[in-house]
Amino acid sequence: MAETSIPKTTIKVVDLIEETFSAVSSNKTRSGLTMLGIIIGIASVIAMVAIGTGAQSSIEARISSLGANLLTVQPGAPRTFGSTVNAGRGNAQTLTKDDATSLTSLSGVKAVSPESTNREQIVSSTSNTNTSVIGAVSAYPEVHNMSVDQGLWFTDSQVSGFAKVAVIGPTVQGDLFNGTATSTVIGQNIRINGLPFTIIGITASKGGSGFGNTDNNIYIPLSTAQQFITGSVYVGSISIEAASQGVMDTVTTEVTNALLARHKITDPTKADFNIINQADIASTASSVTGTFTALLAAVAGISLVVGGIGIMNMMLTTVTERTREIGLRKAIGAQRTDITTQFLAEAVVLTVLGGIIGIMLGWLVSWGVTRFFAITTQVSVNSILLAFGVSAGIGILFGYYPAVRASKLNPIEALRYE
Amino acid sequence: MIECKDIKKEYKTGDETTQVLKGLTFTINDGEYVAIMGPSGSGKSTLMHILGALDTPTSGTYFLDGKDVSKLGDHELADIRKEKVGFVFQAFNLLPRATVVRNVALPLVYAGVPKQEREKIAKKALIQAGFDEARFNHLSNQLSGGQMQRVAIARALVNNPSLLLADEPTGNLDTKTGEIVLQTFEKLNEQGHTIILITHEEDVAKHARRIIHIKDGEIIKDEKIK
Repeated sequence: MAETSIPKTTIKVVDLIEETFSAVSSNKTRSGLTMLGIIIGIASVIAMVAIGTGAQSSIEARISSLGANLLTVQPGAPRTFGSTVNAGRGNAQTLTKDDATSLTSLSGVKAVSPESTNREQIVSSTSNTNTSVIGAVSAYPEVHNMSVDQGLWFTDSQVSGFAKVAVIGPTVQGDLFNGTATSTVIGQNIRINGLPFTIIGITASKGGSGFGNTDNNIYIPLSTAQQFITGSVYVGSISIEAASQGVMDTVTTEVTNALLARHKITDPTKADFNIINQADIASTASSVTGTFTALLAAVAGISLVVGGIGIMNMMLTTVTERTREIGLRKAIGAQRTDITTQFLAEAVVLTVLGGIIGIMLGWLVSWGVTRFFAITTQVSVNSILLAFGVSAGIGILFGYYPAVRASKLNPIEALRYE
Repeated sequence: MIECKDIKKEYKTGDETTQVLKGLTFTINDGEYVAIMGPSGSGKSTLMHILGALDTPTSGTYFLDGKDVSKLGDHELADIRKEKVGFVFQAFNLLPRATVVRNVALPLVYAGVPKQEREKIAKKALIQAGFDEARFNHLSNQLSGGQMQRVAIARALVNNPSLLLADEPTGNLDTKTGEIVLQTFEKLNEQGHTIILITHEEDVAKHARRIIHIKDGEIIKDEKIK
């Protein structure tokens, strides 16, 4: 029997909705259990993405705590971030304190901090340790978002006067003066590279951030470090605090041009320094957490597929159970498309209802995770829209086969079905 | 009007061909009340399926109201059933957990009639079928067999068909209720409806005005009885 004209749907949308809801609500337990698969799938996708996104934003916040709007100028040819790992730092010597001073006058630059880093043996009256000694200037705490907990940071005159003073991190304090009261640590002498330094301050703890523990550093005036420790006019790096997030790119260009001019380099590709943008580090980190979020979502997505198969299973059972009903509907004039549409609509209603409940449940779970496990979560509008679309899509995908099967039933056989 | 000319129906199972209908020719005029009677396996159900546009014959022609139905596709057959045929089945085939009115109105859903109008027409059909008005909003599975069959008759009437096809309508009912249902058909026939009753029981067939006897796919007797 060949179809001689294009099949059309005769049932009206209002009637379709009525038929669908009456079918879905006629077996509430089964509809509910089938929806549960979708509810759990959608809820886990929402919750997992919320946890992932939350982790991403908390890592971004952590990175920006290392210094707001921070640019770091490092000596050496430009390399990709990650491969620099100190290989060239301090070895390729191209940056000087004068370079740093020249940058302070650029517009958009808020503060400039030239720095040197050396690893030294530190000796106190009672103990000793080996840690990073950072030659710094007075702008250092501001640029690096750091504060002094006890005592003072060194002044400009101490920097220019080659003062032998030191500010230590709380970890160093613990290593060198374990058991000594904090108030009496200030004023004590330590020896760095054999030279005596007086402790004038202790920095506030920032905690380990995974990008180097700043609590384990010792800070001395840059001039003193250059004179007595590095023995060179070059600095390890120059940190620049831009006035705002918006001018970061402009400042990067300005700094590049200024340094190229100072170093008399005409070809920018041959620059003897490179500039690392804090935002670049943050974006690298967030791409890592993005992958992690995608992984979580993928795992949750599998449960969504399982839920979809549950829908298909239920719809196939329904079609078998309602064979006579399908036969009757065909006998009274329902077209094949009417039957397909009806069963497809039932599947979509189940998944969309499940999706809506799942979204609410996922939201609740995210809230619970934040509330009881103190993990930052963020439910994004995108993930909600996606979940909604996916659940409707699953209804169509997994409802299609049973619906087509129903529509293909022979009315005579269907009416006889026992 | 029904005009069947040399209707044949064959089924193929493997290499073997079974002839279920061996060339039936007959005419049923508008307003007739005909019983098609025969033992099981006589081909009466197959004939009913063809007359009801659920199936098409292998050869021969079937004109329903002047339109050749014998060579139509699935899609047009569905339209014919929707517009011209009302079915009454032995097993009633009502939607469970749906009200009486909704069951009766179901064919109108596929005819695209708006809901309010649908209910009005359904109620009229129910009264025609002699259904008690107090039970209009009962659920179909709360009804007795006789009541269910009246709902089914009303459903068959609702789209005002040219032909009312009843397949063993009393088969699931006791004699007394069956009698009432058959009286309903008689009344409907008096109102001008064309009715074809398919049965294997002589007692049931006697209610009609004409009986077409079928055996082994052939008409063996065509008699007017009233």
